Amino acid sequence: MAAHLSSGRVNLTTLREAGRRELREFLDKCAGSKAIVWDEYLTGPFGLIAQYSLLKEHEVEKMFTLKPGRLPPADVKNIIFFVRPRLELMDIIADNVLSEDRIRSPQRDFHILFVPRRSLLCEQRLKDQGILGAFIHREEYSLDLIPFDGDLLSMESESAFKECYLENDQTSLYHAAKGLMTLQALYGTIPQIFGKGECARHVANMMIRMKREFSGSQNPVFPVFDTLLLLDRNVDSMTPLATQLTYEGLIDEIYGIQNTYVKLPPEKFAPKKQGEGGKDLPTEPKKLQLNSAEELYAEIRDKNFNAVGSVLSKRAKIISAAFEERHHAKTVGEIKQFVSQLPHMQAARSSLANHTSIAELIKDITTSEDFFDNLTVEQEFMSGVDTDKVNSYVEDCIAQKHPLIKILRLVCLQSVCNSGLKQKVLDYYKREILQTYGYEHILTLNNLEKAGLLKPQTSGRNNYPTIRKTLRLWMDDVNEQNPHDISYVYSGYAPLSVRLAQLLARPGWRSIEEVLKMLPGPHFEERQQLPTGLQKKRQHGENKVTLVFFLGGVTYAEIAALRFLSQMEDGGTEYVIAATKLINGTSWMKSLMEKLEPPPF
Amino acid sequence: MNRVKVDEEEYWHSSKCKAFTFDDEDDELSQLKESKRAVNSLRDIVDDDDDLEKFSWSGEPVGSISWSIKETASTSNTPEGSDLGLQKGSSSIASFPKQASSYSLSSFFKGRNKHGSFQSLSDALTDTGFKNYAPELRRPKSEYKDYDSVWSPKETVRRLQSGKVCSLERFHSLQEKLLLLDEAVAGHDGNVIMAVLIFLKRTLKKEVLFHELELRQVALRHLIHFLKDTGDQKLLLDLFRFLDRMEEVALTQYREHLAIQDAEKRKEFLKGCIGLPFSSEDSALVQDHYTLLERQIIIEANDKHLEAAAQTEIFRKHPRKASILNMPLVTTLFYSCFYHYAEAEGTFSSPANLKKTFKISDKQYVLTALAARAKLRAWHDVDALFTTKNWLGYTKKKAPIGFHRVVEILQRNNAPVQVLQDYVRLVEDVETKLNFAMKYKCHDVVIDTYKDLKDRLQLMAYRCKVDRGSPAEEKIDSILNNPQIRWKN
Repeated sequence: MAAHLSSGRVNLTTLREAGRRELREFLDKCAGSKAIVWDEYLTGPFGLIAQYSLLKEHEVEKMFTLKPGRLPPADVKNIIFFVRPRLELMDIIADNVLSEDRIRSPQRDFHILFVPRRSLLCEQRLKDQGILGAFIHREEYSLDLIPFDGDLLSMESESAFKECYLENDQTSLYHAAKGLMTLQALYGTIPQIFGKGECARHVANMMIRMKREFSGSQNPVFPVFDTLLLLDRNVDSMTPLATQLTYEGLIDEIYGIQNTYVKLPPEKFAPKKQGEGGKDLPTEPKKLQLNSAEELYAEIRDKNFNAVGSVLSKRAKIISAAFEERHHAKTVGEIKQFVSQLPHMQAARSSLANHTSIAELIKDITTSEDFFDNLTVEQEFMSGVDTDKVNSYVEDCIAQKHPLIKILRLVCLQSVCNSGLKQKVLDYYKREILQTYGYEHILTLNNLEKAGLLKPQTSGRNNYPTIRKTLRLWMDDVNEQNPHDISYVYSGYAPLSVRLAQLLARPGWRSIEEVLKMLPGPHFEERQQLPTGLQKKRQHGENKVTLVFFLGGVTYAEIAALRFLSQMEDGGTEYVIAATKLINGTSWMKSLMEKLEPPPF
Repeated sequence: MNRVKVDEEEYWHSSKCKAFTFDDEDDELSQLKESKRAVNSLRDIVDDDDDLEKFSWSGEPVGSISWSIKETASTSNTPEGSDLGLQKGSSSIASFPKQASSYSLSSFFKGRNKHGSFQSLSDALTDTGFKNYAPELRRPKSEYKDYDSVWSPKETVRRLQSGKVCSLERFHSLQEKLLLLDEAVAGHDGNVIMAVLIFLKRTLKKEVLFHELELRQVALRHLIHFLKDTGDQKLLLDLFRFLDRMEEVALTQYREHLAIQDAEKRKEFLKGCIGLPFSSEDSALVQDHYTLLERQIIIEANDKHLEAAAQTEIFRKHPRKASILNMPLVTTLFYSCFYHYAEAEGTFSSPANLKKTFKISDKQYVLTALAARAKLRAWHDVDALFTTKNWLGYTKKKAPIGFHRVVEILQRNNAPVQVLQDYVRLVEDVETKLNFAMKYKCHDVVIDTYKDLKDRLQLMAYRCKVDRGSPAEEKIDSILNNPQIRWKN
């Protein structure tokens, strides 16, 4: 079930195994039968660590979703709440506990498991509600970095960007540092740390400090990673704003991938059998897991969408041919062999069917006029065309009341590509947006300004052209079928963040000092001493392993670009990717928008 | 105009725009179809879909957590489903040897207090409050001994960080408290920083706390985040005022209006916001926000009354779907164009008044009015919207939004061909015009355009598309027979 985690250069099963072990330890502390009440947000991430079977083995008999009111009946000794440390959740728990029928139902023990960290604030809240004492075990489960794939880790911390860049609260950075310490405990000290940005600087500082404090308590492990690169999301706020054009990126843009799962409209997945004639169309969305455990998906996920169709059709031919084999199977032995391959072939067929359907769904959208117009404007901005005046397409979209998030993505992209908008242009956009979508969005616009995504051009200078040229962010000769550069992931635009990683590996950042200074935050290098005897002696021709950590989130297109670099024949570096969250422009914008409903307390 | 066109031309031929067109030579669609066909043909060979699910990676995996929640919650006995989960699980365990790791996450850094689960950071802060809610949980006196140990600020922070109990109450002097705070900040653990801040907030005078925090930006930001999270609006505002962050004061206060449901009260609240120290741009916008809600309240009361009285035709024919309160300005304008179009500029509910009061741009106004009047099929109003008279009294059609947009909007509202074709005719770009005309069957426009282009071949081709004996055919024939036209082909 987790074979794909060990397929990469670094065996991430080890991390998952450590997570499972800790979970088992906690469950065993609460002796007897148990019911778990879940903060719904956590079920996704937990699913990547453990399935129900593991819980079941440790006497978890029931599971519920956390909601107000009385808990459903369950004949168990322990009730355990698995929650994020959030105040509003504490209120729900209080409601649950207080509405327990103490007389009629047997006495049950309550426990709380905070994920990823215990919080004083929350405990104070429980105390104010008068129920803190009701809990026997109150512990934390440090699920900081969750393995998503053989080369991908995420903290799935939704609010990390907002907290870091808007509130300036570094709690999530502390968690990131903790997560990195866990990684180092499992995979050895990372000898070199590079970073760019304020948050990167903080995380590096914390790591070095923690390392000092915990020195001695660590098992000597031979280092797996050679380099850690810490990158602030706000060093490159442009990339997530643009529409991702890889297969996986588009699935995420259009349907949203949650914890490796995607929910798709069911129509295209209806089983079409002869004679049934389309009755009983399924109404539940089709849910699929997407990871490299699936051979076909692993092959196409990182391709530009325009290159996906040909792979699918090639696959179809191969599978058809394989099934044709049955006509040639004459002897019992041959037939037996054919039959033994059937399960694999059926899985391959099913996989092909699914991805053909998904590709069709996506194609309906990517061939629409609006998708094309939107992409055209994005590409104009990124290549530096007319970024200093009001864009008529954006204007039209506002007039037609397209989704606000789409508008904000475009306007922010324009702002970033122009090192800020001219005051007149900014004021015009603001006015149009507020008149059309409501004045209360003043708050959201202010958030975007604070985060630096939407701002007036203060210096009167536009640095973007210099950055674009030096880092070669815009490539005119993009090859989507057989790419030779990372710019294929956005059909022309090479993600700035990944370019920084690429240039760090070769020829080094010294060559781009000037541009680094134009980007926000400091850049730095640190070295960590390795215990004697653990220095790595690289085999000749062996690739280096670099962990790139995105503080504030990473997109699937960036992941694809890094994987592309890993696979380059003369690349010399393989990448493992970590992030506070897997994001796309829409989820990112959402996290920065002011919640317009009144707070629950 | 010309330049734009050249740009456009270039654009369509430049490589970057091909990005998302599907190349014809290498037709993606046909490839997709091909693989689809292959997949479907295979269904005949492989019969059972259900069987397949077990091998495939697809669908919600049996035994996943979210699946199990549904399962275990719905049945009272051990569900069959969990057996499946068990099966699945045992296979997964078998395939992943446990020796993969002998570590557990917690064992690395935590000096965890094994039996001390009652003890939380907050117990440590106010040990006296403990008995208020759970007297039976009080620890024996001997356990408090730990508290009396004299931990230095540094040690205290470290103990808090590792989840151990540690009293903060023994830090009496301001100096000690600040030392503690500095240590907490240096440790970067937000949870501990908060613990110390709450302790300081409780034991220090507001002014002293604010003053010290001003010198400690990191701690300050944590406190602000905390106050926002807990909704301690009053202290938050005090703090911003103390720090002289007036814009934040204004925005924080303005944010509060979102929690006010009653329109009248919300209006009054917004009125109070007008004088707040916003930036100059925001200040005008907040003023507009107030004015809009004020208008909406008047309009709402009035229209509710009109609707109830059932005297006015428009409300009878088109009952209102929702209240206009708290809707955006453009929506309000649409509403006003829908229900109050003919009203004089003097009334609050008239479109003209809204346009003037809120300085709505011509473009925005025309778009909205057009959409509203087209929805009502008031084609005469639509006509008037684009008709301008020059000083000689000649009328002329003008559209600040471009006639292609007019056509789109009319078409979306199912305008009849007679109406539509007048506007199709006015579309500036010939190619767009022809496309529209053919799509919406405005024969006259197609015919006249080909005539103007002197394109005899296209006109002849079009003759085959119109109905036999129709006026359109007659018209084509008469043009084709006109010897005066000098065809280009």
